[in-house]
Amino acid sequence: MVHEWALAESIIYHVMSQGYRKVKTLKIRLGILQGIDKEILGFSLRELASMNNIEIKDIVFEDEEPLLECSTCGYKWSLSPSALSEEEREAIHFVPEAVYALVKCPKCGSRDFTIVKGRGVSSIEVVSE
Amino acid sequence: MIEDPRIHNIVRNLSSIRNVYAVVSSKGGVGKSTVSTLLALHASRRFETGLLDIDFTNPSTHILLNLNPGELKYEEEKGILPYDLKGLKYFSIVAYTMDKPLPLRGEAARSALRELLAIVKWGRLKLLFIDTPPGMSDEHLDLVYMLRDIVKPIVVSTPSILSVKSAARLVSVLREAGFKWIGFIENMGNESLRGNEVLGDVEYLGYIPYTPGIESCLGSRMVEACIDPGLLDSILSRLIEL
Repeated sequence: MVHEWALAESIIYHVMSQGYRKVKTLKIRLGILQGIDKEILGFSLRELASMNNIEIKDIVFEDEEPLLECSTCGYKWSLSPSALSEEEREAIHFVPEAVYALVKCPKCGSRDFTIVKGRGVSSIEVVSE
Repeated sequence: MIEDPRIHNIVRNLSSIRNVYAVVSSKGGVGKSTVSTLLALHASRRFETGLLDIDFTNPSTHILLNLNPGELKYEEEKGILPYDLKGLKYFSIVAYTMDKPLPLRGEAARSALRELLAIVKWGRLKLLFIDTPPGMSDEHLDLVYMLRDIVKPIVVSTPSILSVKSAARLVSVLREAGFKWIGFIENMGNESLRGNEVLGDVEYLGYIPYTPGIESCLGSRMVEACIDPGLLDSILSRLIEL
């Protein structure tokens, strides 16, 4: 079982901590930079929900495009995971902050940039029954 | 989203470890990585022990352990399993950065730390040593405030007055944060800091003498060839009983 399981654990424990037991819709916004496998994440969420006696009717994933902003020159750009090597994609998959070792601002070459959005799990919305 | 969902998993992951020690100091160069590595290696002979390097910008425990970043392969099992180094469970981000420079602003360092603590599955350990970067930045604040019920701090200082003063400031911050127990290890010293009043009410755990060549010696992973193991035994005997 891959590490999406650990991401699912965080989400389910978060839902539990909010006191939800019956969920109509679990809406999760996922930054595509991390390259999370939605099928595996969905499976893990359902397994963990069942193990923790939580009913979830629907799981909805929303993609969030990555947006990076250079702290030196202010340039903003998107980064498609397909532009990276397999090794780089794998590193960012496990720890998205590895991107700071692998990418530079395409305009000025600075390594001082921030991931404005599209990093990984960025929001969890619960619609209860 | 009000809170970071990873925090729940972090607490669960670390709760299966009997003692989590963060090896800290405000000053760089006092030997946190050397102390963490010595203790973790020596402890792993007798106890289930882990070593986590969270000095993301300047990781160095893999250098001390004579590990090439390319050989650090982590298996996945409902998360990431730490590398098994002949009994010592080990994790460093260098496996992903390939030892390239990793400049991180505070918030990014905090997020990287939370990600790792949430996904790395240590299992049941008696001891986990966390080698931290110097200073008192976002990663430390997470350990100090978010995980203060789980993590115990061990402050490292050399006998230099500059290092001692810096350690005293750090002890003060840790006390304010509510830590009842703060351990202290004197590195590159000869027990001259035992009972030092400047440091305040810390528990003096022991000292590690200045040992030329200790960094290259550690690469052999034979601690007893590097320093008197009795010095580490006395520190560990206290750490294991807390």
